[in-house]
Amino acid sequence: MTTTTPDTTTPTTLQPVSTPKHHGMSKRKRDGLTALAVTGLALLMLFFWLVPLAYMFLTSVKTLEQMQNGRILPSSPATVEYQGEQLELFSVPMPDGDVRELAMLKPGRNSSIFIDPDNPGAGEIEWEGKWRQLQPAYEIDFQWGNYVEAFTEVEFPRLLRNTAAIALFGIIGTLMSCVLVAYGFSRFPIPYKNVLFLILIATIILPRQVTLIPTYAIFARLGWVGTWLPLIVPHFFANAYNVFLLRQYFLTIPREMDEAAMIDGASPMRVLWSVILPQSWPVIIAVAVSHLIFAWNDYFEPLIYLRSKPDLVPISVGIQEFNFLYGTRPELLQATSMLALLIPVIIFFLAQRYFMQGVVFSGVEK
Amino acid sequence: MTVFDEFRGYKRASDKPNERGPLTRHLARWGLLFISPWIIGFFLFTLIPMVLSLLMTFTNFNVTEPGAIEFIGLENYKRLFNDADLRAAISATGKFFALAIPVAIIQPIVMAAMLNAAALKGKRFFTTLFYMTYMIPIVSAILVWQGMLNAETGWINRFLDIFGVSGPDWLNSTTWVYPALILIGLWGVGNAMLFTLIGMQGVPTELYEAARVDGAGYLRQQLNITLPLITPIIFYNLILAVIGLMQYFTVPYIVSRGTGQPGNATLFYNIHFYRTAFRFQNMGYGATLAWLLFAVAMVVTIFLFWSAKYWVYSPGNRE
Repeated sequence: MTTTTPDTTTPTTLQPVSTPKHHGMSKRKRDGLTALAVTGLALLMLFFWLVPLAYMFLTSVKTLEQMQNGRILPSSPATVEYQGEQLELFSVPMPDGDVRELAMLKPGRNSSIFIDPDNPGAGEIEWEGKWRQLQPAYEIDFQWGNYVEAFTEVEFPRLLRNTAAIALFGIIGTLMSCVLVAYGFSRFPIPYKNVLFLILIATIILPRQVTLIPTYAIFARLGWVGTWLPLIVPHFFANAYNVFLLRQYFLTIPREMDEAAMIDGASPMRVLWSVILPQSWPVIIAVAVSHLIFAWNDYFEPLIYLRSKPDLVPISVGIQEFNFLYGTRPELLQATSMLALLIPVIIFFLAQRYFMQGVVFSGVEK
Repeated sequence: MTVFDEFRGYKRASDKPNERGPLTRHLARWGLLFISPWIIGFFLFTLIPMVLSLLMTFTNFNVTEPGAIEFIGLENYKRLFNDADLRAAISATGKFFALAIPVAIIQPIVMAAMLNAAALKGKRFFTTLFYMTYMIPIVSAILVWQGMLNAETGWINRFLDIFGVSGPDWLNSTTWVYPALILIGLWGVGNAMLFTLIGMQGVPTELYEAARVDGAGYLRQQLNITLPLITPIIFYNLILAVIGLMQYFTVPYIVSRGTGQPGNATLFYNIHFYRTAFRFQNMGYGATLAWLLFAVAMVVTIFLFWSAKYWVYSPGNRE
């Protein structure tokens, strides 16, 4: 121990915690104000966090023209039909100070003739001034047809089928292999278990480029390049993240339960099936959803393995190719990206509770 | 406790099977059977490819003509020193690292601190929505942000216009493309934020009470209590960020359409690797690039694990 010198700066008497320092304001009121400020700040942040989604949605329902008219909502100059003709609507400032939306019947250099679309019977209204300086009246005009066009142009059903198939087989493979491996690591006296487990964890750090070229060459030799197999088969051999996550979860299940089952004559396989798995479905959902996200996002491997087979590519590659081709059609790009994010986001909201629990479990032990 | 604590805990447990009873052996056989998918996969997809890839670095291997493989000694290694694209790639990757690593450390802490603030109402609502963007497929996120960052029609520059600031042409500027890439990546914070939040929730409340009694304000409490106690999670986030950045490919590839534009600023290491190995089919040299990356990753990881004992809090090691 070091010798302690008396610290003169520290007050020796304790101050009561709840002394209100702000004069005249009760603690409760102050807490209320802090809550308001903090929550307001969080709302502001959330607004900026999500505003690109609004951009995406609003751009996806506009025409190119509507993107350039300076309005946030998709709007077009409004027109009305009058005696079989389409007339443009303008915001017209009237001499009495009102601004009325009138349809232009006859434009003129210094005065134009308008008509009130709500009351055409009232007759023509003559307006003095330069009509070119008038603001056209806009009406909201969503281009839902963009989605139809994007859906067919990008061949969305095909991309969805490919992604879903790759993801589904991958999920089956990951779940089967990772559950078995995690069960082995969490329950059995395997020789050199700790070393093996460390090697497993260390593979997280290994950049995949190191194994990629020979793996590609082997898959090419097997004739698997241009098929889904390279994107599915490796997942049947477990991976570090999911094994770790499942093992952590299995370790929290009391051993007494499987020992009791074993004494009753259940085989280890039976214990896994009837004791461990029924208690583990939150973590199983977490693994399934995280693999789904992985498959939805994986870009590099589909790119190299499916370059020659555009019919088989998943959403990630398909949309990017569409992006390269249709760079000049922002509305279609935003519509396809909306289509692409819909399913993962919906699944997230459905499985959110278990998924976030599972993610927490994989990273941090409580 | 995070996944990497396994490395530290290793010495505690004995490795040798000390009981050699028939039941133990029986169970060990079952255990080996259960972990066999990983052991087989480790040989097939990790160990054997690693050895082959190391051997390939001494050859001119090309997958379209595997028969024409020749042993070329250290040619590929010499080429590393005369590769202008590699220099550009290292420079681009290095610059981005310098910007992305601080963001990867600070962003989750700031967001988690906000979500952990006692005064915040609707914590669950905020946590879910801030996490949700992690689910947005990367390709969608890139398309959205490409639009947001468009110099004329994008909302970012139009927002800056309100304040009289004329924004840059983000994705076509060799300087601004890096902050733009950072922006595109912000949505992926989900897991790191959640881990940090859980870590913060685990800090004993007595510590804060004691600090309050001593007159420490909010910021001081965060800096002197929360931050030191969540260093294991910061460490974990840091390692994952480094690994993720070493693999950084999809975003710059799509943003630049695989060209590395503007002016090689987005010619990241893995884009160079992809072009070498798969577009130009130069797999021997590609394998060499992969091993160089692996060597760097190893050095960085070992350095980080070594440095951990100086700055990462470990409850078991206080003496």
